[in-house]
Amino acid sequence: MAKARVLIRPKEGILDPQGKAVERALPALGFEGVEQVRVGRMVELEAEDPAQLGELCEKLLANPLIEDYEIQTF
Amino acid sequence: MIWGVLQFPGSCDERDALHACTLAGGEARLIWHEDRDLGGVDAVVVPGGFSYGDYLRAGAIARFSAAMEAVADFAAGGGPVLGICNGFQVLCEAGLLPGALLRNEELRFICRQLDLEALDALTTPEGGKDIERLSIPAKHGEGRYYAPDEVLDELEAKGQVAYRYAPGENPNGSARDIAGVRNEAGNVVGLMPHPEHAVDPLTGSTDGLKVFRSLEKFAG
Repeated sequence: MAKARVLIRPKEGILDPQGKAVERALPALGFEGVEQVRVGRMVELEAEDPAQLGELCEKLLANPLIEDYEIQTF
Repeated sequence: MIWGVLQFPGSCDERDALHACTLAGGEARLIWHEDRDLGGVDAVVVPGGFSYGDYLRAGAIARFSAAMEAVADFAAGGGPVLGICNGFQVLCEAGLLPGALLRNEELRFICRQLDLEALDALTTPEGGKDIERLSIPAKHGEGRYYAPDEVLDELEAKGQVAYRYAPGENPNGSARDIAGVRNEAGNVVGLMPHPEHAVDPLTGSTDGLKVFRSLEKFAG
């Protein structure tokens, strides 16, 4: 079994209100100079055949219309 | 006219949808998400709620249910399908409708009565524009309609923008104030607001019935 990690993030140019909210909260906590916060999600999995991960991402883990994904295998 | 209303684990508006179908003048029954057979219904409602807990993305898991496979076949054959709120999200995820629904711009769950403009939805696919204002409640956290600009242009050109939020009413940052769209043939319609909650004068509006009845013309 190959271990893999899939990173899914909002496509560039798509408004990410979660990221904006996090970004706006930072100065109140004393963290200055942090910009362009984007919030996505990460899926960890183990697969017998890592070659199928691309299709798996296209069909289920990500919505290619609004999200980009990146597969990391270990 | 017999309506089938899908029921997923996590659906919560299927009972109101059944009631609405009955008030619209038909019969209605529930269809369990594991049923591959729609039982010969004339129209299908994919109701609101939080199917499969909205895990991963709203509508992403429901799309692979046995009942949704049957709905895809039914829609391909020209059968009328109405997706409401989570049902709209499911239809988009399934590729039966264009676009996607993203988290509301202001990150707040919105819940209020608002005005919609029904553009082409209440007419026949061949018919001219007949804009009518409807008062219908909306309640959702992920209702911001998105599609790339070129897709939006095409939807507008082909009259596939079925419902728009009236000027000043867009509650979620939806592109071009779009509240609902339909497929090219017109038999598959999805919208974020809840017509099934606007069917009784007691709650202020019966405009929702028009949304249900607008699909009757596609029933075989």
